[in-house]
Amino acid sequence: MTLPDGGHPPAQKSYREATARRRLAGILDPGSFTELLGPSERVTSPHLASLGLSVAFDDGVVVGEGRLGGSAVLAASQEGGFMGGAVGEVHGAKLVGLLRRAERERPAGVLLLLDSGGVRLQEANAGLVAVSEIMRALLSARAAGVPVVGLIGGGWGCFGGMGIVARCCDGLAMSEEGRLGISGPDVIEATKGVEELDAADRALVWRTYGGKHRYLLGEADLIVEDDLAAFRAAAAELLARPRPLDLDSLAREHERLARRLADFGGCGDAAEVWQLAAAPEPERLPLLDADAFRRTVAPARRGEP
Amino acid sequence: MTPALGALLGALFPAGHAVREEDGIVRGAARTAAGDVAVLGSAGGAEVGVEAALALAGEVLRVVREHPGRPIVVLVDTRGQRMTRRDEVLGLNGYLGHLAACVELARRRGHRLVAVVSGDAVSGGVLPLGFMADAIHAVEGAHPWVMSLPAMARVTKLPLERLEELSRSSAVLAPGLDGFVRLGALEPAWEPPLSERLAAALSRPVGPDRRAELGLERGGRLLAAAVARRVSGEDADEP
Amino acid sequence: MERLAFELESAGPPAPRAPPVVVGVVASGNLEVLVEPAELDGRCRVEIATSAHGFGEIWDAVLRDFAARNAVAGLALSVNDAGATPAVVSLRLDQAVEEYLGQRP
Repeated sequence: MTLPDGGHPPAQKSYREATARRRLAGILDPGSFTELLGPSERVTSPHLASLGLSVAFDDGVVVGEGRLGGSAVLAASQEGGFMGGAVGEVHGAKLVGLLRRAERERPAGVLLLLDSGGVRLQEANAGLVAVSEIMRALLSARAAGVPVVGLIGGGWGCFGGMGIVARCCDGLAMSEEGRLGISGPDVIEATKGVEELDAADRALVWRTYGGKHRYLLGEADLIVEDDLAAFRAAAAELLARPRPLDLDSLAREHERLARRLADFGGCGDAAEVWQLAAAPEPERLPLLDADAFRRTVAPARRGEP
Repeated sequence: MTPALGALLGALFPAGHAVREEDGIVRGAARTAAGDVAVLGSAGGAEVGVEAALALAGEVLRVVREHPGRPIVVLVDTRGQRMTRRDEVLGLNGYLGHLAACVELARRRGHRLVAVVSGDAVSGGVLPLGFMADAIHAVEGAHPWVMSLPAMARVTKLPLERLEELSRSSAVLAPGLDGFVRLGALEPAWEPPLSERLAAALSRPVGPDRRAELGLERGGRLLAAAVARRVSGEDADEP
Repeated sequence: MERLAFELESAGPPAPRAPPVVVGVVASGNLEVLVEPAELDGRCRVEIATSAHGFGEIWDAVLRDFAARNAVAGLALSVNDAGATPAVVSLRLDQAVEEYLGQRP
C-alpha cells in the first residue's frame, strides 16, 4: 500500500476505472478544465448530514468549463463511487446550473459524463424534482441551439430518471461495459420477482442494458472501447452532429421508435431482438471488440439514417 | 372510463369534453372558460410502458400539428414506469426521453402546459409529461411519491423510526403532496370549483422553471436555487 | 458521524500557495482529502469527518507519521472518510499532497 517512488501513477486509459475528475481530465483538452462551485466551497448535502451519513465536498458531481479540440464546452462528471452517482438536491442543482449556463453562454456544447443509479433515495423527493429540473434545463439548452452529449461507461451505468435524461441528449456514446435503462436489474427483481429478471444473471443483465444492445437498437449513437481517448473522440464527433429539437426531427424519431416497437415488441430478451434484426451470428456478438462489433452489426442496426 | 376519471373530467370541464381513456392513457379535447384545450395523460394509476409513452408522444405531436398553440392539460395519475424486462429490452427510457422532447417542442411552439395531479405521481410516469408542465397543480387525492418509508428504511439501512421522525421536519423523505409542495414541485390542492381554478391556471403567464425558487420560499429546499444560480453564472449578471 | 481536528508540526519550509486539490472518493472503505493553503504559522491542520467512530488515536498516529514524512506546514487538509483503513488513509494523504505540490504554477 505504498506509492511508487516519487513517480506518477501509470497513465490512465480505462474510462470505467477512472474517477469522475480523472475522466474529465482525460476527455477535455489537457489542463483546460476549470471547476465551478468546486470542493473548496463545501456545498454538501444537508440531507445526508441529517441522516448521519458521509457527505462529499462536491456532492458527487464535478461541473465546470473546459475545451474540447479547442472549442469551449461545459462539462459535468458524476462520481459513481459516492452514493452510486445518485442525484440529490445539491448534485441535481449543479447540473441544472450548468445547463442554464450553457443556455446563457452558448458554448460549443455540453458534455454529461453520466454514472448514476438515478434518484438518491436518502433525499428521494428532492432527487426526483431535481431530475425533472435537469430534464427541463437540458431540453431548454438544446432548444436554444446548444448540443448536449452524454457519455456512459462508468461502473454504475445510467438508470432511473437519469436514463431518461440520457435520452434527452442530442447524442450518446457508450462502451460495451456501460449500461443504460430506467428500471435497473435489482429494482425489477425486487419489485417483480426473480422470474421477471434475475439480477444475478450477468450475461442477461449485460445483454439487456449493455452498450452493444443499446447501440444495435439505436439508443446509443456510438459504441467505443473502454478508453478515455476513445470517449474523447466520440464526444467530439457527437458535438458535431446535433439533433435539432424541431417537429421534423421528432417526427422521424417517433417513426423510428414506432418501427422498433412493431419489429421487436414481441421480444422478451435482447437475444431475440438480435436474431430478428438479422445481426450475423448473434451468439458471437458479445465476444467482439467495439470495432468488430460495429462493422458486424452495421446492416442490422436501427439507428438514425 | 372509471367513475373517478369521469368525475374529474366533469368537474374540470363542465362545458363539455371529448376525452377517451384506453389502457390508462387519456386523450382528447375539452372546452374551458379560457378556450379549447387538448387533454392527455394517465389515469387509474397506469404504469407507463413503451406503448403508452409512444402513444402520448404521438398525441403531443398530433396536437402540435393540428392545433397550433392550443393549451394542453396534462392529467396525472400514474404509479410510475412499467417495470418489466421487455420494456427495458426495448429501451423504455428512450421512449420516455422522446416524450419529454415532444412536450418541450410543444412548449417552444407556444402551447401552454398545465398539469393536474389527481392520484399517484411517481418517477418515470410523471417525469416526461406531468413534471414537464409550466405549472403543476393538484386536486384532492394527489399523491406524489418516490418510495415508501419502510422501503426506504430497507434500502438505506436506516431505522424506520428515525426516518419517520425526520419526515416531520424534512420535506424530502415522506411520500405525499405536502412535501412536494414545500419543495416547490407542486401547488397546493385546488378547492372546488375545479373548472374555475383550471381557467385561472390557463390564463396565468408562463415563465421559466421556478420550482427551486418556490422550494426556497416554502422552506423545503434551501440550497437548490442558490446552487443552480451560482453555477449558471446568473449571479454575476446582477448589478 | 464523528468529527476530529488535529494541528501537526511539520519540518521544512511552509508549502507554497497553490490552487486547492481534492483526491479520493467518499466510497465505502475510501475517503476524500481536500488540500488548501492556509496561514497556520508553520503547522498543518487536518479536519476529519468520519463514519467510523472511536478511531481518534489511530488517526493521530497516522497523521503524525504523515506530517513527519512530508513538508506540509501551511496546508489545511479536510477529510471525508467512509471507513478507510489506515493504509488507505496514508496513501490518499500522500497522493493529495503530492498532487497539490506537483501543480504547475
